[in-house]
Amino acid sequence: MEYSKKVMDHFMNPRNMGEIENASGVGTVGNAKCGDIMRIFLDIDPETHIIKDCKFKTFGCGAAVATSSMATELVVGKNINEALQVTNKAVMEALDGLPPVKVHCSLLAEEAIHAALWDYAQKEHITIEGLKPPKDDISEGEEEFEEE
Amino acid sequence: MEKQLIYLDNAATTKTRPEVVEAMLPYFTEVYSNPSSVYEFAGKGKSAVEHSRDIIAGILGAKSSNEIYFTGGGSESDNWALIATAEAYASKGRHIITSKLEHHAILHTCEYLEKQGYEVTYLDVDEYGLVDPASVEAAIRPDTILISIMFANNEIGTIEPIGEIGAIAKKHGVLFHTDAVQAFAHVPINVQELNIDMLSASGHKFGGPKGIGFLYLRNGIRLGAFVHGGSQERKRRAGTHNVPGIVGMGKAAELAAAKLEETMTYEKTLRDHLVQRVLTEIPHVKYNGHPEQRLTNNANFSFQFIEGESLLILLDMQGICASSGSACTSGSLDPSHVLLAIGLPHEIAHGSLRLTLSEEITKEQIDFVVDELKKIVVRLREMSPLYADFIKENQ
Ligand SMILES: Cc1ncc(COP(=O)(O)O)c(C=O)c1O
Ligand code: FES
Repeated sequence: MEYSKKVMDHFMNPRNMGEIENASGVGTVGNAKCGDIMRIFLDIDPETHIIKDCKFKTFGCGAAVATSSMATELVVGKNINEALQVTNKAVMEALDGLPPVKVHCSLLAEEAIHAALWDYAQKEHITIEGLKPPKDDISEGEEEFEEE
Repeated sequence: MEKQLIYLDNAATTKTRPEVVEAMLPYFTEVYSNPSSVYEFAGKGKSAVEHSRDIIAGILGAKSSNEIYFTGGGSESDNWALIATAEAYASKGRHIITSKLEHHAILHTCEYLEKQGYEVTYLDVDEYGLVDPASVEAAIRPDTILISIMFANNEIGTIEPIGEIGAIAKKHGVLFHTDAVQAFAHVPINVQELNIDMLSASGHKFGGPKGIGFLYLRNGIRLGAFVHGGSQERKRRAGTHNVPGIVGMGKAAELAAAKLEETMTYEKTLRDHLVQRVLTEIPHVKYNGHPEQRLTNNANFSFQFIEGESLLILLDMQGICASSGSACTSGSLDPSHVLLAIGLPHEIAHGSLRLTLSEEITKEQIDFVVDELKKIVVRLREMSPLYADFIKENQ
């Protein structure tokens, strides 16, 4: 397991692990590719749409845990539009990279945040520009693409 | 404080025994001759090679030492047995029977043969990983040329009914190969009593060096060479003999055989202690493999709601070396085919942990491992959305 120091740090000492009760938005995504599941909880100020708190629970490998942890750190303090810019690339860079086979794990974090934002938008009856509805399985899209 | 190393991955490879290294050393710098040469100096290397052959033949109960062919390891022996049989018997038929539980050295060779026009039946196994001998018999057709069923499985440790399968193969006049890489020098094997025609083994799985193995090939079976070249190994496996490797493997086999029962009893006592503690002290655990009919050094668990790679990293932090059949550890992102073959759902295969002992492991170390494992499982379950859902549903 050739993980960077940062990945190991976030895996060993995950930030923001847990749940938020009565969260403003919750997103759960799974990845049929290896069977992992990530859930993100967001606490958002309804006036300013700024993310006040973010927590996660993850069933997955070291990279999945570390990307969840890093992603929660990156979105806290951002407004919902800025949070959309927290891509898997940004999370990976913040972690000093991931081994190639583990890149798909970082997609899980991005998708889980999007799913939680979608849940928030539904509850608040707002639209967040550029946000697409979540997929049940994030590798579904890839497979459909391949079949075409 | 230096972290102690607790090596519980003896199915992956074993420590080369110090006595083995000592036996090998003279064959690097003193008796470095090519055993195929004519001068007297070559003779010592040749007799060392033949001595190892005799030891192995003796342990297997082979009729003759020339039924042992040295190879570059377990994978080569498996490849050779399957491909050379397929080629030699193609005029009789092109059907091979194996199981879904085999090592990739067998499965990928079978896939290769399928591409060459051979047909392969992959037998199902039961929830313990056992092949039903009746299903072997039912799969035999007039064009069946080979049955290859592993002696013991490398992941779950299940020992297959090799004697029954051998008897069926003999009754139907079909050749029988067994991949005994995990079993040789770990359980008693007699190739004549069990009607085994071909058997693969590998030195590094029983205290010998890596990159050396052998194929037992019953006299009278006409297989072609797999590695072409010089006339070593009765023209069936070319290449200058790996004399130190062969000496080391022979020594390791001799040492293991001399203490086989003692080692098995020791390992079984420790393993049973490990299993008993894990199953009683950690909730939501499944013990994979056959409860009795299994290698004495193998324990394989599935911890529900957690993922194996995370488990391995946290164990590693405590100096504990183990392995998992989780999709996340596989590189291919598929869970282990063995765990799927015994019917585990993906998420249970995900939380699998294999601990394989050796006679160097102590009870204190096992207790330390279980204590750490308990903490790690709690920690990872706290992190798991699946566990959170399970708790909610059962409130
Ligand atoms: C059952 C089985 N067959 C074959 C092999 C391959 O052996 P080797 O590493 O010597 O090529 C192994 C080892 O991983 C094994 O466990
Ligand atoms: S979550 Fe399975 S490989 Fe990362």
